[in-house]
Order: sequence, then C-alpha cells, then structure tokens
Amino acid sequence: MSKLDLPLLQRQLQPYQSEGRTALLPALQAVQEIYGYIPEDAAKEIGRALGVPLADIYGVIEFYSLFYPQPVGSTVVHICTDIACALHGGEQMLEDACRRFGIQEGETSADGFFTIQRSPCLGLCEHAPAALVGQSAVGQIDRYPLEQLLAGEIPRPQGVFGGTQRRLTANCGKGRPASLTEYLASGGYAGLRRALSLTPAAVIAEIKESGLVGRGGAAFPTGLKWEGAAQAPGEPKYVVCNADESEPGTFKDRGLMEEDPHRTLEGMIIAGYAIGASKGYIYVRGEYPHAYAALSHAVSEAQAAGFLGKNILGSGFDCEIELRRGAGAYICGEETALFESIEGKRGFPRLKPPFPTTHGLFGKPTVINNVETLCNVPLILANGAAAYRQIGTEKSPGSKLFCLSGDVKSPGIYEALFGISLRTLLYDLAGGMRTESPLQAVLIGGAAGAFATPAQLDVEMSFEALKSAGLPLGSGVILALDQTRDLRRVMLNLAHFFAHESCGKCYPCQIGTQRQLEILERLADAKPLQGDPERLADVGWTMSDASLCGLGQTAATAVLSAMRIWPELFGASQ
Amino acid sequence: MNDLITLTIDGCSVAVAPGATLLQAAREAGIEIPVICYHEATTSNGLCRTCVVEVEGWRVLAAACVTQAAANMVVHTQSERVLRSRRTILEMLNSAVDLSEAPAIQQMMQDNGADPQRFPGASKRKFELLDDNPMYVRDYAKCVLCWRCVQVCAEDAQYTYALSFEGRGFQSMIATFFDLPLPATTCVFCGQCVGVCPTNALKPRREWLLEQGKTPEEIIALTPRQGRRKRN
Repeated sequence: MSKLDLPLLQRQLQPYQSEGRTALLPALQAVQEIYGYIPEDAAKEIGRALGVPLADIYGVIEFYSLFYPQPVGSTVVHICTDIACALHGGEQMLEDACRRFGIQEGETSADGFFTIQRSPCLGLCEHAPAALVGQSAVGQIDRYPLEQLLAGEIPRPQGVFGGTQRRLTANCGKGRPASLTEYLASGGYAGLRRALSLTPAAVIAEIKESGLVGRGGAAFPTGLKWEGAAQAPGEPKYVVCNADESEPGTFKDRGLMEEDPHRTLEGMIIAGYAIGASKGYIYVRGEYPHAYAALSHAVSEAQAAGFLGKNILGSGFDCEIELRRGAGAYICGEETALFESIEGKRGFPRLKPPFPTTHGLFGKPTVINNVETLCNVPLILANGAAAYRQIGTEKSPGSKLFCLSGDVKSPGIYEALFGISLRTLLYDLAGGMRTESPLQAVLIGGAAGAFATPAQLDVEMSFEALKSAGLPLGSGVILALDQTRDLRRVMLNLAHFFAHESCGKCYPCQIGTQRQLEILERLADAKPLQGDPERLADVGWTMSDASLCGLGQTAATAVLSAMRIWPELFGASQ
Repeated sequence: MNDLITLTIDGCSVAVAPGATLLQAAREAGIEIPVICYHEATTSNGLCRTCVVEVEGWRVLAAACVTQAAANMVVHTQSERVLRSRRTILEMLNSAVDLSEAPAIQQMMQDNGADPQRFPGASKRKFELLDDNPMYVRDYAKCVLCWRCVQVCAEDAQYTYALSFEGRGFQSMIATFFDLPLPATTCVFCGQCVGVCPTNALKPRREWLLEQGKTPEEIIALTPRQGRRKRN
C-alpha cells in the first residue's frame, strides 16, 4: 500500500471530528470517495479523529456491503440478481459481465477499471434487469451492449407512475424532482402552515383521527407513535425518516424521493413540530444516489425559503434535517438497526422493548416513519382528517402506492385507494400478463411477504381484508409470476437474499437463513434429501417464532406460505 | 412484600421483584431454562434464543434472559412451540460449529432431544486456529458467537476494545482490526475473554500445547515469560 498523505486526510476528516462516533459512516464514505476503498491507515486516522476503537471501525466496514477494505476497480458495477431482475435475466447479465473480463463476481478487471458485483434488489424493479454503475442507476440493461453499460452511456430510467389516484404522486412522473416552486404551486407546505397554526397536540389528534398507519410494512398507527414520543420524557427528541427502502420488489419510496422530495420533508417537519423534535435525519439507502441528490437539493431549497431552520414561518419552531446515506445493509431498514447505523455502529437490531418512542436514536424519544407514511402527512394536515378518511376503506383510509413488477405488461408505481382489488391492479392498471402465459402466483409484500394464487385475485387490497386472507400488505409489493416460472427457483432466490442480508446477531436467523438456502438449493436442483420438507418447516417456524427482529421473523414467511399452498412442490420424503 | 410481581410459569405461581427477568423468575420457581449466550457477568443480548419461552398472548416467543416479568403473565417454558424452536436452534448450531469441547451445550442437546445429524451436508464454519501470541489461541471453528469475549473486552469489563466482528450473517466471526495478530492490537492479555468463552474457542496457549503432546519443558521453552522482573 502506498503511503497516504496523512495531513491531507486529517484535514478532510476535520469536519467530522466534533461529531464523534455518529460521523463514522459519513467519514468512511468520505475516505472511500478519496481512495476508492478504505485503507487500513485511513481507518486508523478515522479512529483517531472520531475517538472510535479500531476494532469497531473494522467491524463497521465489514458489516456494510458498500464498504471495501481492499482496493476495488475505479467503477463498481452492481448487477441486481434479486427476484424482479432475476425474472428478467439478471443472473445472465452478471455472468456476461464477468465473462467479458474473465473474472468471477466480486473481482476486478485486469485493467483495474471495473469490479463486477452481484447486488441485492436495487429498487429498480420496473426497469428490470437493472444495475448501478458507479453512482448511476441503469435499467433494462439487456437492451444495450455491455460496453455501453460499462461506459455509463445508458440514460437514467424514468420513474413509471400510474394508478387511479394522484395524491401522493401528484407531482411525480416528470422524470426529475419537482422543484420547490412546483411543489408550492401544487399546494405544497400548506399542511405545514396549518400545522404550525395548531398546537402540537392538535396536530397529533389530527393524525390519529385520520387513521393513518405506517406504510413501511408493520402498519403501526402513526398518530399513536407520535403521541408516544411526544409524551416520553427525555430531550432532545428526534424525527427519523426511514428511506432505507430495500425490500425486494419495492421501489415506491425511491419514486417519491426522486420526483417529489419536498413532500417527505414537509411530513418530517410536521412530525418534528408535533412531537417537539428540532432535529431530523433521513437515512437514504446507499444504493439510491439519485434520491439522495434530490433530497439534498430539496433541503437547501427548503432552508433558503424558511421551511427549515430557525423560527420556521415565524412560528418560533426550529427544525433542521440531516441526510445520511446507508452503506448496503437491508437490516438497516429495521428501525433500531437504522438507529445503530446513524450512531456509527454495525446495523444490529436492538432488543424491543424499549421502543423507539421512548428509547430511539441516541437513546432519546424518537419517531421513525417510512417515506410514504410521511408523504401522507401534508395531505392530512392541509385538508383535514375528515377529508382523508373519506377515501379508502373504513379501516384503511387513504391511498396506497403499489409496486407492480414481475411478469406484468407495465410494471410501475401505481397509486390507488385502499380497497382496490388485486385483479384491477394487475390486469387493468399494470396491463395484465406480459406474455400469453397465464398467472401462476403473486408474491405480495416482498421477499418477507407471502404467495397468493389466482383464486385470490378478487381480494381487496386493504389491511383488514388482506389480514383475513392471510396475506401481508408489507411494503406494497405485487410481483406477478406466470406459469413458466419455477416457484422453487423463486423461493431459492428469496432464500439467497435473506442469507446475504441476515445481520448474524441471533442464532435462528444467522444459521436458519443459511440452512433454508441449502435446503432450497437441493429442492431447486431436484435433489432433496430425506426429511427435507420437515427440516425446511422446522427452520422456517423457528426463524419466524424465535428470531430477535422482523428480518428473521419474516425470512421464511414466503416459503411457509408456499408449503401451505403447494405442498407438492416440496415433494414427499424419499 | 406488596411490590412483588406475581406471574405463572409452567402452572406455578411465582412472585418476583420488579425488574426481574423471566429467566430469574423461572429459577426462583426451580425451573431451569437453557441458555448459551447468557452470562451473569455480561450484558444480556438475548441473541442465542435458546432461552425462548411462550408468553400467552404474545405473537412470537420471548427470550427469557431479557424479558421482564410482568404481573399476571402466563409463561410456558416447555410448550410445543418452545421445544420446536429450542431443539431446532441447537441442531442448527451443532451443524455450524465444532461443539466438541462444549459439554454443556452437548448435554443441552441431549436434554432437548436435538439430533446431532439433523442437517446432513450443512456447511460448517471453518477457520484455521490462530496461534499469534504467547497467552492464548483462538479456534473460531468452535465459536458460537455468544459475543461475551467482545463484551468483556469492551464496556462489560476491560475497556480494551481489541475485538469486534467481521462479515455478516452466517459469515460473521469475531475479529480484530483488519485481522491483525493480537499483539498488534490494543489487547492487554487480561484473559477475561478466555474466562467467559463457553466452548473453548479461546484457550490458554499452554493448555493447548499440552494437548498437542508437548512436554512441560517444551512448553516453557515455547512460551516466553514476558514481564518478569529481573533480579540482580
């Protein structure tokens, strides 16, 4: 390793010094931008500057897929091989790219220009097969020659928006972020103005009255969460936006952030006012550089216009928002793992209780909401809870973004009222099946979701109706699979994802995701061992019932749902 | 006595002080719950999940070592769900790790009807033994990732911070900064990590050399006596 220019590096780390450990990920990202990877000596300097033990720094580097402790190519090409892309040839793309350089995945071309990596879902499912070339998202890479892909000459894919409603997505579809002027012209920040004219308690009452529940997957009532944090003792309080969207098949938050970033900010500022938090963090997944750029710009615009900063709109309320980038770890979408990550640690989920509302970021009362959840907030405040409740179903008010992908004709983000049928979404909005092969199954809710059959097409997409049908809404994933698909291969793909993304903290998930993968490998290769179905069921139930966090608890739900629906797929013991 | 919490564990009524965990409450009632990562001297992380119990009305099982007892809880330590998870966790652990020097875990497997051959063909975590210092050897093929060594090296005891983790998921393991040999780290060779290791993944070097068939004389020659004061 060539000697580093330490005085230069020390100057570059200067801005992080006063922040201490919470600046660890940003400092590592800065170092990696300089050197292309994280040299051991640079990691030592970070340790000195931030006061973080060296072993812990290494632990953090090792945890996140996007940190490289060894040199990599000047451009890292991440080729998605998760479910939506796998259905459209992602594996083949990865293989072709590796063959072009005569390397294995994860290796660097002989000229040092390119490192080719297998990537988990990039949230570009409507453009499958997709890749991230350096910091540029590219879609439908099978339509372009490889050279063009590597040269970064493929245009950035545009968000595909549709549906029966354009409330949350009112400003989306331009293929660029809506500016502050455009956002204001569409009624933006009216919700914040109204909120600031109310007491914080009245804002919380309005949110409770609206019946809004979280859109990240857990469906927790948003108003209750805010109330919990508002009433919790302890200062300061924090608002955190969970923009670490990484559930395979999910790309709605990416769309909202890339095309209408102010809506998320407005929701956060209102949340901050309601709970008494003057500091907010947006944790954007590392694989979303365009969303990060759009939000960064929006934060500057909002600051300049007085929607962020001191004494917002003359109300006396101060609020600032800091952006953080993830570094490649699905688990950081789990709220407590996300806090750990902001605090500069490995993304290990914490034990609950205590819950974030009382012991969240830095141990302080915290509201953490998903992007789409926060995007509902300005609408509720601007038009009132009563108006909000008039749409959707009684128990699931409002509209919802559905991520349609897989074997449909027109994959994309579709906004519709809760209560729309699965059939309408698939056949009317997304144009039906892509080829003549009819529908075999739908994966609902993502890798952590469950399979539905064509017999369930008339199920109403609302929390209550899906619950009674035994299906999760999750993050709104609807991935269609036609009859040419081998469901065992699909499950193997999901299993691979979980084995790659398990944090390794608790035994059931740490070992269970690996064993699940091995059994499904045998099954997909038609070489099951005697007792494999029982083994698979035991592993699945143990992960679901005994894992520490939501990742492990849902790492087998899709497989277990398939075992119920299609026991014949798993074969009797031989 | 009024402030005691009363709950039911396996049909027995138990009264415990507020703040007591279900593990403590069960012990109070004479009910033993198996544990692997739990140690009285370290912060409980509830990560091995061997101590899971079923609390009536709860969606998922609860780790007894970190779940606080609450009034009127009804807890089962031997329900079908509990036994299935506990047995499968032990079987999976055995399939991944060399437990040959962990008799307590082997006993636990027997007690819970865990089949040592349950996962044929399963990948095991394999590591070369690390013999990089005069004090102790590290055989991570035997490591169950209980985290105790990392914890006593940090805030639970020594504040030395020589250890953390590498990798993620099944590929996780205990590691030093950039895998440096221990003498090149902040390790002060206090030996606390060796003391809390439940599986002999960490072992005094002299003990290991004895096992290798070395004579005491050879061992003395192989292990420099660092830090001994020289007398004139």
